[in-house]
Amino acid sequence: MKAVLTGNEAIARGAYEAGVKFAAAYPGTPSSEILDTIAREYKEIYAEWSPNEKVALEAAMGACFVGARALVCMKHVGVNVAADPLLTLSYTGVKGGLVLLTADDPELYSSQNEQDNRHYARFAKIPMLEPSDSQEAKEFVKLGFAISEQFDTPVMVRSVTRISHSKTIVELEERKEGPVPIEIKKNPSKYVMLPVYGRKRHEAVEERYLKLKEFVEAFPENRTEINDKKVGIITSGISYQYAKEVFPDYSYLKLGICWPLPHKLIARFFQHVEEVYVVEELDPFIEESVKAMGFSVSRGKDSFPIRGELTPLLVEKGILGESFQPPKPIFTQELPPRPPNLCPGCPHRGLFHVLKKGKFFVTGDIGCYTLAALPPLNSLDTCVCMGASIGHAHGISKVVSEDDRKRVVGVIGDSTFLHGGVTPLMDIGYNKGTATVIILDNHATAMTGFQEHPSTGFTIRGEPTHKVDFLELGKVLGIKNLKKVNPWNIEETEKVIAEEMEKDEPSLIVSEGPCVMLREAIKEYHKPYSIDNDKCRGCRTCLNLGCPAIFWQPVSGDMAVTAEGKKRKGIAVIEKTLCPGCGLCYQVCKFDAIIPPEGEVKYGFELT
Amino acid sequence: MDDTVTNILLSGVGGQGIILASDIMGEVFLESGFDVKKSEVHGMAQRGGSVTSHVRFGRKVYSPIIKQGEVDILFSFEELEGLRWLNYVKPDGVIVLNNHKINPPAVNLGQMEYPRDIPGIIRKQFDKFYLVDGTRLALEAGNIRAANVVLLGAISNLFEVEEGLWIEAILRHLLPRLHEVNRNAFALGKDQIKAHSFQS
Repeated sequence: MKAVLTGNEAIARGAYEAGVKFAAAYPGTPSSEILDTIAREYKEIYAEWSPNEKVALEAAMGACFVGARALVCMKHVGVNVAADPLLTLSYTGVKGGLVLLTADDPELYSSQNEQDNRHYARFAKIPMLEPSDSQEAKEFVKLGFAISEQFDTPVMVRSVTRISHSKTIVELEERKEGPVPIEIKKNPSKYVMLPVYGRKRHEAVEERYLKLKEFVEAFPENRTEINDKKVGIITSGISYQYAKEVFPDYSYLKLGICWPLPHKLIARFFQHVEEVYVVEELDPFIEESVKAMGFSVSRGKDSFPIRGELTPLLVEKGILGESFQPPKPIFTQELPPRPPNLCPGCPHRGLFHVLKKGKFFVTGDIGCYTLAALPPLNSLDTCVCMGASIGHAHGISKVVSEDDRKRVVGVIGDSTFLHGGVTPLMDIGYNKGTATVIILDNHATAMTGFQEHPSTGFTIRGEPTHKVDFLELGKVLGIKNLKKVNPWNIEETEKVIAEEMEKDEPSLIVSEGPCVMLREAIKEYHKPYSIDNDKCRGCRTCLNLGCPAIFWQPVSGDMAVTAEGKKRKGIAVIEKTLCPGCGLCYQVCKFDAIIPPEGEVKYGFELT
Repeated sequence: MDDTVTNILLSGVGGQGIILASDIMGEVFLESGFDVKKSEVHGMAQRGGSVTSHVRFGRKVYSPIIKQGEVDILFSFEELEGLRWLNYVKPDGVIVLNNHKINPPAVNLGQMEYPRDIPGIIRKQFDKFYLVDGTRLALEAGNIRAANVVLLGAISNLFEVEEGLWIEAILRHLLPRLHEVNRNAFALGKDQIKAHSFQS
């Protein structure tokens, strides 16, 4: 049977067909839907959202050490978090197969960097497969498990946004259970990485490398296509599709495994064709190796960009060089951009309005709320990686003057806090820090698609489970001052933050309000607010909340004065189909020009 | 079947049902016996950001994204987002535009103007231009959220695909209580374009 699947759905299908028993992940774009799919469709596989990628990999290692096939998925920067176990897992090897899926994000569509995770394969000395469409994504996951068991190694499969989030046709097959029996068997010299055993295992890694080098020479997914012999292109993954799109008649060496590289196969390819181009996204990973083998590459990173995503047009431009004719633009007028924005009614908006008003220095983190760095909220000052906001706030407050110390606050989402914020909060408690930390608890891993986490009270499959209480956790970590605020209530939020910032002790504030895109929250929407056209002075205070439901309408003639005769250039308008009635704009209007529905103000939404 | 690949670029604003519409198109072309690929970017913007989805079908499709200047059909759910991708369209390409405007933030804040008379700008450049009143027809069908199905009804006229395949694919993605409304929405949309099939 055939289906049109995203790369992520195909990876999930591959795990199912490969007889995977255990799958773990932390959500991260563009990888999140793999575990979503497994949890929804493949009940044969145990699935979990782990608190972070390191925990996910360690749990998967446990499963594979006793013989189960285990899949662990993460976005590219997640591998940085999991790098510690990964580099030593290379030494221990596996028993049941283990595949680590990394989904890279060239062009940074939804990431803080665009690192090229192919380097991890060479660094950890483990093979890496690179599919170029959904069919291959499924097959390469299955091949990954076979290679993992054959060579006693973890295997990485590398996707990118354009593989994970593209749909192509996939042939579905049946599930086959893995070949390794599941049983506990002691084997300390393989699984206990004391120096004495680790040294031996490093030898095993180097022997494995030599065997893998031979294996990739005959690996059928390292495929040579000889057509026009003038030009040969060495490529892998999605870049293959772009190159084939624009130059279908050239010869190709399409690498299914990008590490280790098949040296003999590459040498033979050079004999077949007159000149060789290397087409690859991001770093010159293949190109440098090919050059190190002593071959000359006619076009590589001198012709194709090192940053951003490749496209068919960029490949064409790189290959044609000066003879490239760019398409003529039909329309050149500058258009208003449409960047991502916090949703109407978003609980983060009230909090960041308060932080902006207080002129605080806000160390930030990874989530929808990172958008608060942009106009008109302009109230987030750092963002590097998961959990860093708390360390940043602590470090800053240890070195600045006492006055400045009272301006520093860290903000972090609920899921992000559980991922990487617990240990830095412990640091504040232990090392007598004074920073104030605010957890933006919207009851969801919202940005990646509402995945459950250890504080939502539900597992990936919706079963009720233990729910972490942030204030209890803060207390045992040594945080003296523990508060909760409703971020849609500006006065309350302002008061609590001002009080806590004044203290010479650390404070933890939970700013609690459900993501307004949660199905349960949508049920709680209120009627929309409206503008009193007689009273609106056109002062733009409500517009500066950046709510997509409020817009500016220029006025003239009779409309250019208020009922009281005050001049105005325009008025605010609330689009009633977009307004969920959170009440925030009502609170910032100084002229009583915003009318609450049925005369009653409700501060945001409460889940029932 | 010849080697031609047909390139359709869908554009609009997050929340308008663009991804679902492109999923449905992908399934319809698969069931019509074509190779098909589609691609979009999601993440970051849950709502309100600019969204595009590339759909390509033919005997054999390589790239999941369309080369700039190679779009055969621009299928836009919002006027400004139609204008934004005009440069991707072939000179003799087809434009199907929903006459619906959603203000971006810079317009909301009064810093920039929403471009005037977008249908007029497009009409000047493209002979094959169809303006569809998706929102009004969706309301007529019984649910404003069915605008994407109205638009699918309109664009379905451009392909030699059995109508039943469209209806089946659409209904597969919807709860039974929404079937009636969406059948109506598709039919109303289908009446909007009386064009020759695109693959003629």
